[in-house]
Amino acid sequence: MNLDLRLPIGAMFSIFGVILTAYGMLSDSAIYERSLGINVNLWWGIVLFAFGIVMLAFGYRAYRRPG
Amino acid sequence: MPHIQLGAVDYAILITYFAFVLGIGWVLRRLVRNSEDFFIAGRSMPAWIAGLAFISANLGAQEVIGMAASGAKYGIMTSHFYWVGAMPAMVFVGLFMMPFYYGSRARSVPEYLKLRFDEKTRGLNAMTFAVMTIFSSGISMYALAKLLELVLGWSFHASIILTGIIVLVYIFLGGLRSAIYNEVLQFFLIVLGFLPLVLLGLKDVGGWHGLTAKLATVATNAGFEPGAWTHSWKYMDSPSHNPMGMEWFGLVMGLGFALSFGYWCTDFLVVQRAMAAGSMTAARRTPLIAAVPKMLMPVLVILPGMLAIGLHASRGGFLPIGSDGQPNYNLAIPMMLAHYLPSGLLGLGLTALMASFMSGMAGNVTAFNSVWTYDIYQSYIRPGQSDAHYLRVGHAATVFGIFASVLAAYSATRFNNILDMLQLVFSFVNGPLFATFLLGMFWKRTTGHGAFYGLLTGTITAALHYGLTLPRGAVPGIKGGFLGAVLHVYPSEMALNFWTALFAWTGCFVATLVISLFTKRTKSDEELRGLVHSLTPRIEEGYLPWYKRPVALAVLVLVVSTVLNVIFW
Repeated sequence: MNLDLRLPIGAMFSIFGVILTAYGMLSDSAIYERSLGINVNLWWGIVLFAFGIVMLAFGYRAYRRPG
Repeated sequence: MPHIQLGAVDYAILITYFAFVLGIGWVLRRLVRNSEDFFIAGRSMPAWIAGLAFISANLGAQEVIGMAASGAKYGIMTSHFYWVGAMPAMVFVGLFMMPFYYGSRARSVPEYLKLRFDEKTRGLNAMTFAVMTIFSSGISMYALAKLLELVLGWSFHASIILTGIIVLVYIFLGGLRSAIYNEVLQFFLIVLGFLPLVLLGLKDVGGWHGLTAKLATVATNAGFEPGAWTHSWKYMDSPSHNPMGMEWFGLVMGLGFALSFGYWCTDFLVVQRAMAAGSMTAARRTPLIAAVPKMLMPVLVILPGMLAIGLHASRGGFLPIGSDGQPNYNLAIPMMLAHYLPSGLLGLGLTALMASFMSGMAGNVTAFNSVWTYDIYQSYIRPGQSDAHYLRVGHAATVFGIFASVLAAYSATRFNNILDMLQLVFSFVNGPLFATFLLGMFWKRTTGHGAFYGLLTGTITAALHYGLTLPRGAVPGIKGGFLGAVLHVYPSEMALNFWTALFAWTGCFVATLVISLFTKRTKSDEELRGLVHSLTPRIEEGYLPWYKRPVALAVLVLVVSTVLNVIFW
């Protein structure tokens, strides 16, 4: 198999994480009134980024050691 | 109802997701060299991938929207679909049925029926399955497009064409492997997209205790004991004590046995994922690995519905009121998304919603491809062609399948009742299937005639039972009682459906058994090797470490689901 599924999953969630974290840092805090005052974009962005990186790391390790 | 406005960041997330699903199809196109690659993913999937695809293919429109709606309508009792329904059935298919599905090397469920019984049994199953998958995929498309129209103000046509084309492209390029890979990606997206919603909703109502208090108001307003929405078993002694209108025996036998085993153990849509696994052990572990996240799925799909109805009752106006004066339960998840998520996470939540629809649709289309090409085209239309020919037919079937789903989706906008009726007919056809497989796999005396006429008897039993009974408060017609006389009135629609499934199973079981005893076997012991329990060598899995053995996983799944039943008793 020449595509380890963990690589695209990891890449997609890392990108989502970057987008959401950046947006969370830049956006006006008024939009977080509906999310109970929590900057959910920032926090969940970090969670998604971490998940993405872990997936990438596992995928990359398997890719380096074929078989 | 005002439409939700999406910002640039939301579109960025949606477009990134589209790029990834299409990209996966593009990269995998090189791995499709023959028809086995296209239809059964070359039988090379690791167990964890096949397992997550197994659950994701089932996590389509009906599941996400329907389970949240039931969560609002019936509360935690909806979890019976998981902890009483799905768990035992998934364990059973993994431990006891997969050895024959996978061991027979059949490429589809109808093909197994051909190997085990005869041509006519395969034909009956293949035809009904092919029509059914197209309509389910169409219903899924219809539901998504309606939802996006209502919530975002998107054009119904644009939504249908967009989702249709994306699913078409990635299946066309990479076949089942591409569908499975994307289903795993979609699985993670659905979990990580809906989780923030549930966490925010729970925080808002004051945790489980706050929710219990709010749901107590919902329950007493509806004339039940305060705990009726938050106890799964306590009020099951009588149908009048719980919102589902069920008593425990009908639930355990109808849902836990007939309906769930019928779906999880015989539906090619899910079984196909396990058939694509790389080895017998991987195939057996596929449904068991799937059972672990499936067990926790109520948190993501039922809890949002319960939160929505709790908030609706305490603050008012949370759910829009439908034309019948009742809250529109189907909008529980979209309304929660709109209420709690700011631009950014809102895009992620909507993308998760679209992912769930796409995974369900792709599941139907890939199952349709295989059944059409192997069980109808290769068997009845043009047998004996080259492999490359059947691969081309598979590609054409993908285009045709999507096109027919679009037509089905449009027919739903004009003839809503026709779809309800079709679903009803399908439930009559599907109801008895598990009896046929059970006898076929565990009793070598079962004959082809027995299986075929048993299936017909089961279907007729289901139709008779449905036609002669009625749920309370309904008028005779599509809801039952259409045969003129009403012999019994059930306390709820769900009770009627559960009992219909049980009647179908019993009718088929008895008829297959009796007819088999009076007809001659047409398959010798030699021909049935690997297809029937008593003629198949036991699988040796002693060399595996204990935690990789299917039995260990099965015990874990059953213990945890028992514990969950006790916690929410």
